[in-house]
Amino acid sequence: MKFLGYVRPDGRVGTRNHVLIFPTVICATAVAQMIQREVPGTVTVDHPHGCGHMGEEKDLIVRAMAGVCSHPNVGGVLLVGLGCELITPEVVSGAMLANRRCELLSIQAEGGTRGAVQKGKDLAARLVAEIAQDEREPTDISALIVGTNCGGSDTLSGLTANPAVGAAADRIVAGGGTVILSETPELIGAEHVLSRRAASAEVRRRIYEITAATEELAMKAGVDIRNSEPSPGNKAGGLTTLEEKSLGAILKGGTSPIRQVISYAERPIESGLVIMDSPAHDAVCNTGMIAGGAQIIVFTTGRGTPLGAPTAPVVKVSSNSGLYRRMVDNLDVNAGSVLEGTETVDELGERLFREIVSVASGRLTKAELLGHNEFAIHSLGLNV
Amino acid sequence: MGTDAIICHPDDTVATAVRDLAPGERVRATGCGEVVGIELRDSVLLGHKLALRDICEGEEIIKYGEKIGRATSAIRQGEHVHLHNVDGLRGRGDLR
Repeated sequence: MKFLGYVRPDGRVGTRNHVLIFPTVICATAVAQMIQREVPGTVTVDHPHGCGHMGEEKDLIVRAMAGVCSHPNVGGVLLVGLGCELITPEVVSGAMLANRRCELLSIQAEGGTRGAVQKGKDLAARLVAEIAQDEREPTDISALIVGTNCGGSDTLSGLTANPAVGAAADRIVAGGGTVILSETPELIGAEHVLSRRAASAEVRRRIYEITAATEELAMKAGVDIRNSEPSPGNKAGGLTTLEEKSLGAILKGGTSPIRQVISYAERPIESGLVIMDSPAHDAVCNTGMIAGGAQIIVFTTGRGTPLGAPTAPVVKVSSNSGLYRRMVDNLDVNAGSVLEGTETVDELGERLFREIVSVASGRLTKAELLGHNEFAIHSLGLNV
Repeated sequence: MGTDAIICHPDDTVATAVRDLAPGERVRATGCGEVVGIELRDSVLLGHKLALRDICEGEEIIKYGEKIGRATSAIRQGEHVHLHNVDGLRGRGDLR
């Protein structure tokens, strides 16, 4: 099957064509927002990072920023820095693997806010004009990397929405594409089930390694992980333990072999189903998968969430019809049909697969129509 | 589908309510297997779990054919199964 995408010089394919105004440090966030507000056709993000990071955390944040900025959904990027920070526009552009249209701006070099905004507006407007030349073309779905996520889950998520996403995931994988299963805390209690599908002994070892490392965080803190996972809303929705939540969450990955376990914001080398080691935090997880190359996210929810992402469409799937009716402004697909018996999980999986292809080809999601652009990079707490 | 609660796996000891269920109702759980005529002892809201059979204190709770926790007290068939009578077994830093 084909979708209509933006084929980039590096061969990767975008489902969107954004001009991204990206602050590489928190000190540049307001200037980035001022530029974005004045130049139609641009998007921006805010985050608290860019300075004070040490060691592994600096590497992770640079990798995540570079992954987002060189993403195939980004036709052009303006990197905005202050001038004295650790992670400058030069650091991020140096780490960008793809040769995207990229401009750099320093607030200190432009003599402050007014000068930087004026120059930034000119650079951004030029990028907007340049990307307007790009056209979508038919592309095989093997170019797709689909990120999966769930947030505000209830027990019905594990019966309707998650298995339906799994059925769609199997279709993406059968078409040669890639699907990312993430949220490491929500693999705890289900490692043994996933490990049976590991494509190699190394993948099996890594599945146990990442879940043990995450479980150890709760052990070190001396707390019952159930204080945080499942969340209060999960519990109100009927989820009792983390193990129960995990066994329902992993259904999003479908039934295919697990080819690779990748780090947060890392780009998969293998196609097929891969696991990204990431926190369960919705926006942090989405950002990690997008930085790793996901051009579209499929997100299931039982309690409801408005979540979107600045540079990728997020298709939200409701686990039940009551929620879908209450939050129809935010939700794209209703999986409640499975409970009502009007659709099987497999039929819904097929409908969802077609929805993914259609959104990848340009149809806007509810989150995009509303302007949702939640963005957060994982922090390891290694900063001073 | 004419059912009150869904059984995910033949080994499961709990089922998930697909509508709000009231105490005293006789309910039918279907899916992987079928248990009929369960007399509900508690209110079990949509998405919450009920016991398909009597479960002993300390016994593992089975859903999706896998253990999801352990009963902290004896649970009778038709009781609500949730935080008040089930403990998680993983990430228990509080017990270290």
